[in-house]
Amino acid sequence: MSIKYTKDHEWVSAEGGAATVGITVHAQDALGDVVFVDLPEVGKTFAQGEVAGVVESVKAAADVFMPVSGEITEVNEALRADPSLANTDPLASGWFFKVKLSEPAQLDALLDAATYDKFAAES
Amino acid sequence: MAASSASDTQLLKTPLYDLHVELGARMVPFAGYSMPVQYPAGLMAEHKHTRDAAGLFDISHMGQLRLVGPDAAAAFETLMPVDVIDLPAGKQRYGLLLNDEGGILDDLMFFNEGHGSLFVIVNGACKVDDIAHIQRKIGARCEVQPLPDHALLALQGPQAAATLARLSPGIERFVFMTGGAVQIGGIPAFVTRSGYTGEDGFEISVAAKDTDALARLLLAQPEVKPIGLGARNSLRLEAGLCLYGNDIDTTTTPVEASLNWAMQKVRRAGGAREGGFPGAAKILAQLAAATAGAAGHTDHDTLKRKRVGLVALERIPVRDGTVLQSFEGQDIGIVTSGLLGPTADRCVAMGYVATAFAEPGTRLQAIVRGKPVPMEVSTMPFVPTRYYRG
Repeated sequence: MSIKYTKDHEWVSAEGGAATVGITVHAQDALGDVVFVDLPEVGKTFAQGEVAGVVESVKAAADVFMPVSGEITEVNEALRADPSLANTDPLASGWFFKVKLSEPAQLDALLDAATYDKFAAES
Repeated sequence: MAASSASDTQLLKTPLYDLHVELGARMVPFAGYSMPVQYPAGLMAEHKHTRDAAGLFDISHMGQLRLVGPDAAAAFETLMPVDVIDLPAGKQRYGLLLNDEGGILDDLMFFNEGHGSLFVIVNGACKVDDIAHIQRKIGARCEVQPLPDHALLALQGPQAAATLARLSPGIERFVFMTGGAVQIGGIPAFVTRSGYTGEDGFEISVAAKDTDALARLLLAQPEVKPIGLGARNSLRLEAGLCLYGNDIDTTTTPVEASLNWAMQKVRRAGGAREGGFPGAAKILAQLAAATAGAAGHTDHDTLKRKRVGLVALERIPVRDGTVLQSFEGQDIGIVTSGLLGPTADRCVAMGYVATAFAEPGTRLQAIVRGKPVPMEVSTMPFVPTRYYRG
């Protein structure tokens, strides 16, 4: 299992041909208290970079981009019911959705932890 | 998701800039200033603290000025559809600067200091234009004195009065929309019992050099925490108060903005000083249409749209810019402010709708990311206000 990151402040935890996606600690900190998430439909297919969902705090709304191409296999209903999980536990129970990868090689171009941390610190 | 980081070097700083940074605030550009949008507690906690105890706001970006001279009130009245002349000394009132089309140049608060002196507070983003406008229009009739060496703080919340009374005995004598010169912990200040949160509270004008000391004194009180602009926005929206630039601007008239309450009878049709303000013909006609509308005969051509409160019937935030439609899919308006109200615990908004849809209880739909979200027109405020009226 490897965890990769995007410049849109999302994390992608991949294993086999599947991946789990969420937002980073930096992202939830920048947004503030998350009050609403709009999650994609299970079974829907998105290309990398397409808007797959929305995360909103009291003060702002931000798109959640598809970090890798594929089909949505599961969404986090617990997060839908309690959006604050994105703040309190963004890297684990605050995950957004799971993807069946259509182009696993896209993972190689994502950022590793050290590179992302440097990017986040500068953004 | 990244915050924009434009050239922050040109931003102005309030006298409390160093204190904000020391408190760990996230600073953002606002009205040309670097301002705290939130502190480490976060917007939600700050909002709730203000509703439960007392919150301290730095609003020094706002413009403060005096209009001085025996003719100041009469002159100022020519710029606004508001009764300035009859406002007693020691009292404060809400006002609206209008352009010749009846559009709103800014909303403001003015206070009669007596002895021919009005103290005026305008929005930060408008202050340069406002002062130029006032100077150009009435500068020959009174002295226009900007007060750039003064900061402005607000202490808001149910415990604000008790907190301030500890530092300034007797300050509790002021009721909503009154005020005067006081000393707070020995620091000279000018306070009014007013604010922008729907709570009881005070706005405090203080010399720039004394601001840091006063803010630290207030923050040392156990009830008081610093509150950023993020919570200021959610608090004012729950209170049903307009944000200039979002909910009102030069394209909206006071009648369209449902600010009829701000236009006293003396300036309306049949009043002793009827009209005589910019855009009067249009605004008086709209007022007549609104009054007929209250009797069930709305003239939809004269008053095409109105600002209303809106509550989402699903827990989906509906933000400014969102299109409003009838259930038949006809565009009927637009949202100008909207968020999940932390105290209301519902997604609340305000916006403009065609007058046929302005009645409280009317259902319509907001189109959020292509999907319809049902909403209901609501009276405002969304959270009961708690102004202290004595």
